Parts: sequence; structure tokens; C-alpha cells
Amino acid sequence: MKRTVIPIGPFHPIQEEPEFFQLTVEGETVVDVDVRLSCNHRGIERLCQDLTYDQIPFLLARICGICSASHPMAFCQACEDLCGVETPPRGLYLRSIICELERIHSHLLWVGLAGHFIGYNTVFMWAWKYREPVLELLERLIGNRNNYENFCVGGCRRDIPQEKLPEITEVMDEVQGNVEMLTKAVLDDPILKVRLGGIGILTYEQARQWCATGPTTRGSGVDIDVRRDEPYAAYNLLDWQVHVQPAGDVFAKTVVRLLEVLEAVKIIRQCVDQIEPGEIRAEVREMPQGEGIGHAEAPRGETFHYVCSDGTNYPIRYKVRAPTYVNLPSFKSSVIGQELADAMLTVAAMDPCYSCTERVAVVRNRRHSKKEILDQRTLMKLSWEKTERIRKNI
Amino acid sequence: MNLGLVIPVFAGATTATVLLGLISKWIDRKVTAWIQWRKGPPWYQPLADIIKLLGKETIVPHAAGGTGFLLMPLVGFATVSVAATILWWSNLNPESGFIGDVIVVLYLLTIPAITIILGGSASGNPLAAVGAAREMKLLLAYELPMLLVILAAIFGATTTDSSTGLAASFQLGTIKTAHTVGFAASLGCVIGFLISLMCIQAKLGLVPFDMVEAECEIATGPFIEYSGAPLAIIHLTRVMLLAVMPLFIITIFWGGFSFNSFGMILASLGKYVLVLVVLILVRNTNPRIRIDHALRFFWYILTPLAIVALTLSMAKGF
Repeated sequence: MKRTVIPIGPFHPIQEEPEFFQLTVEGETVVDVDVRLSCNHRGIERLCQDLTYDQIPFLLARICGICSASHPMAFCQACEDLCGVETPPRGLYLRSIICELERIHSHLLWVGLAGHFIGYNTVFMWAWKYREPVLELLERLIGNRNNYENFCVGGCRRDIPQEKLPEITEVMDEVQGNVEMLTKAVLDDPILKVRLGGIGILTYEQARQWCATGPTTRGSGVDIDVRRDEPYAAYNLLDWQVHVQPAGDVFAKTVVRLLEVLEAVKIIRQCVDQIEPGEIRAEVREMPQGEGIGHAEAPRGETFHYVCSDGTNYPIRYKVRAPTYVNLPSFKSSVIGQELADAMLTVAAMDPCYSCTERVAVVRNRRHSKKEILDQRTLMKLSWEKTERIRKNI
Repeated sequence: MNLGLVIPVFAGATTATVLLGLISKWIDRKVTAWIQWRKGPPWYQPLADIIKLLGKETIVPHAAGGTGFLLMPLVGFATVSVAATILWWSNLNPESGFIGDVIVVLYLLTIPAITIILGGSASGNPLAAVGAAREMKLLLAYELPMLLVILAAIFGATTTDSSTGLAASFQLGTIKTAHTVGFAASLGCVIGFLISLMCIQAKLGLVPFDMVEAECEIATGPFIEYSGAPLAIIHLTRVMLLAVMPLFIITIFWGGFSFNSFGMILASLGKYVLVLVVLILVRNTNPRIRIDHALRFFWYILTPLAIVALTLSMAKGF
């Protein structure tokens, strides 16, 4: 049968960021998938090396518009790991509250988008309407709907005043009612079950094999969650559970996400009840020489940060590994063999976030078999030559 | 009908259909917006969209077969206009149709789907090819139950004295004015009406049967390469179909439109709005299904039901 390449991207209605999937299809069945990243590389790791430890969280909040709490969170933990600082309890609770609010709005965003991808625009609009109070709450608490910028090495930058805590509970009541209704509607909808059930299956073994993280792997029955397995913030002080669904299909991933929203509401309620007045930040005098790692459970999975310090105010190496980066290869198992209509949905079901995942890519010109990799020396030489040319023209 | 009358009737019917279609489209968008907690567009938005497209550049891709690619939207528009003319004329003068106009209208209403297939294939785009293949499968899926239930309506409308014979009821006018005889025939028509509602949902390419254009999968499929005036004509054709399809099934199953008295006008409008609202509600409370699900739905669920409707209509002495 004739094979056709269906390009998804670099710009495609299925995602709002530049990405490039090449689906090789026979008829409507996908037989191969290729992913090309780096359409929007921003060099954040390099930029971090020119910023002080106080400035870096502001940059890291901008790695991803949705996970703008998880990345600074992982960074702060990496630095705290490096200098051995203990964050005061109130700081830990504040961190948990913000991280869980982020999870609620991220998952609701995904549910809406998933609805849009299957042409169910009513779900799209409703889920985003339910998400709105959470964003407004974040604005009231932190000052920003996104890019919260509330984390710093040693704790939090701004306190949530004690008298504002009832507001959180109020919004949580609203969110819980709405999400319970939405969850029930999704679980009871027979057409949705037919449409989402049994497609894009990632089995338990495959999920382990590809080292997938987050709801992608929890939908395949793998019971991992950084929040529970290596507790950070206030998670070990709270009573909550990790939701796992064994089926591995898109429907299971949807259910996991919706249940996680309800779980996040539970976590925030407990935080509001347990939080006590006190310090929110431990003072950090200096950064010792050495290495530190930190990880956090972002809405899409585990985000991992590595920092290497030489004792100065700037890190000498900084490394970010976002959850989508490890989830993407699992497409080789879940997308291949699907119908085109399902393949698109499977791609979306992972909740890919491309801006987190960008890496430098080297493009080789295979047709002319000429090596086109520019090393540092060649680049310097090109730069000198250009400077010479410009100088002559002055 | 004398030939001098043809042009004014044709122009009038086409204009009326376009106007009704534009209003329907606006109602569709407005009601959809209300369901989704949005405000919705102003009343002139569907027209404004088409006028804006008319002013845009027409781009023909290198890979496209130029003539076929550009001709297909026009063919689609022309066939819908003719179908609309016949339908309006039969509704306004039930006695003046010609024998077999039902078949002509059915045939004409199939052509827009075929133009989509041909135009999409001519565009040379792989996504359009996928969309065209889906349209072909969808056409095969919904035409079978649709034809069966129309047959049910035709049998239901055959008068018992049989002086006019079976052939007479192949006229739209006769089917429209016929009082179905017996309970079974009426029941057959009711089932047929419900089935035809689903079929026109697919014919109009509305969710859950919009897999042909599926924005997030194949980026509007067969229409992906169209721009400017051809795209405007495609939109216009679809707007007209939104008026013609409900009109067609109301004529066949539900006594059609009449404008003889104020009460009749209200009743006609009521029927039309009801059909439209059902279409809109179905569109907003369902996800897009896959093409094989659609095929299974039409062949294995609706076709047996359509056969039941047909049997009931044929056994109308009951």
C-alpha cells in the first residue's frame, strides 16, 4: 500500500506551539512516527549560567506557561539540596498550595483541549470556564494568573495572608462541585467512552520501558508519583493518594487527570487547615561548591533539574529535563498502528508541552552528504570574517 | 411552467435559500455560543465572513489540477441552487411538480458531497486526500438508510384507491400533501423522519459526523487548499445546504411549508426551527466519532430501523 507522510506541524491546529510530527500512514493507519523538536529553542540553560541564584526562578517560571510553579520548585530544591537549607513549614505549605492550584488549572486546560481535539467544543468551553476561578484565585493570592514567581531558594518570596485563606476554601468548593459534575459527565458518556476507550494504548511494560512519567504512565497502571515517592513541600504531612488506572488508553489518562484535580482540591483544603503562621523563608548566605538535584511532580510528570556550582553567585552548569522530553518516545508504542483520527488524539493525550522540551538540534544535509555541523572554532572564524567584512565597509 | 418564469423562480428560490441559510447559520452559531457560555456573533456575521472571503486572493497550489479544483465549488453551488428551486416550487405549488422530482432532488443533493471528494482530490494535498476518502465512506454510510426512509415516505403517501398509481407519489408535491393512511404508515414516517435527521446531520458535516473536515486532525481536510472566492462559494453552498436539508425532510415527512395563512406560516417556521435546534443540540452534545464508527452506526443501527420503517409504510392497511 502507498505510504504517505502526514505532517503535523510545525504549525498545526492541534497544538498552540510549534512542533513537528511526521506520521507515515498507509491509508489511514499510522505505521511510523517521527518527532522533530527545536522549532523554538530559547537557550534557557545557557541563560541560567549568566544569572544569579535569585534571578533564575524568574526565568525558569517562563520555561512553560502552564508549569510555571513546577520548574522553579525543582530549581529551589536543587539549590537547597546543594546548600543544605531547610525551608520553614509555612513555606512548604505555601509551595504545596501553589503547586496544586497549578495542577488543577493545568489538568482542566488539558480536559478542555482534549474536548476541542475530538470536536466536543462544549466540553472545551465548560472546562475552561471552570478553570477561570482558579486563575483568578492565583491572581488574588500571588498577583499573577500565571508565572507565579513565588518561589526562591530557601522558601517563598511572598506570604499568603492568613485572612485570605478562606478565599481559597471558597474557590475549592466551587471547583470541586464543577469538576465532580464534569467527571461524572465524562465517565457516563457512552459516546465518549467509545471514542476514547481502547485507543492509544500504552501497556504497563511499555510505559516502564519508555520511562514515561506523570499521568501518561499512571494511566498505564504504573504507580509512581514524585510527591509521594520522594516527598517535597508539604506532601508527606498530608493525607492524599495517587490515582492509577490500569487500562493505558486515552480514556484512562483522562480519568487519571480528572481524579487528580479532585485530589488536588483535597490537598489544598488540608494545607489551608494545617498551615500555621510563621517564617516563610530560610536565609541562604552563600552557595557552596558542588552539585545539586531537585525534582518535582509537574502536572505532566516528573521535572528534573540539576545545578552545578563553583561557589560563586552563578551556576556553572544548569540542566532541565522536562516531563514531555521523556514522555515523547512512548509515541513509538502508543501511536503506531492507530487510525489517523486516534493518532492525533493519542498525541494530545500525553499533554505534550513543547516549550519545556526544546533542545538544540543539528540538521544534517543528507542529500549532499556534506558535514554541516559548525563547531566552536568554525563559528569563531565565521564571526571574525564577518567582523572584517563589516569593518572594511565602514 | 413556461420558460419565462424559470429565471425569476430560480433567482428567487436561490436568494430565499441563501437568506434562510445565513439566518440558520447565525442561529446555529448563537445557540452554540449560549450552550458554551459565550456571547456569540452579531446577526450579520455569516454574511460578513463570506463577503470577506470574496475579497481575498485565490491561491491554486502547484500540485492541484487547476480546472477541476476551481470548478468543483461552482458545481456544488449550482446543484444546491437547482435542488432548492425544485423544493421551494413544490412546496408553494404542490400540483405543479413533475413526476420523479423526488429522485432528481435526491440526486442533486448527493452532488455537493461528490464535488467535495473531487475538489479535495484535485487539490493534491495529502490531508485533503484523507478527507476526501472519509467523505466517500461517509456518503456510502448515510445514503443507504436515507434512501430507505424516503422510500418509506413514498409508500406511506401512496393513496389507497390507486387510480393515480404508485408513480404519482414519486412527486414531491404529492408526498407533501398526502395524508398518510393508517397508523403504521404514520409510524413508519415518524421513524423515517428521526433517521433522516441523523442522515442530514452527516450530510451537513456537523459534529458528530464532521470527520471529513476534522479541524484538529486533518485541518479541514478537502477544503484545506481552498482560499478566497472558491472558499466563499463553498461556505455559501454549505449555508444553503443548512436551509435545504431541513426543508427537504420536512417536505418529505412532515407536510412541508405552506404560506397560505398566518397560522400556516407560523407552523412552517416552527417545524423548520425545531429541526434546526435538534441539529444544533446534537452538534453540541457529542464528540466527533471515527469514520468506521459512523459507518457501523448508519449500516448496522439505522439501516435495520429504516427497513422497519419501510415495512410499516408498505403494510399501511394496518
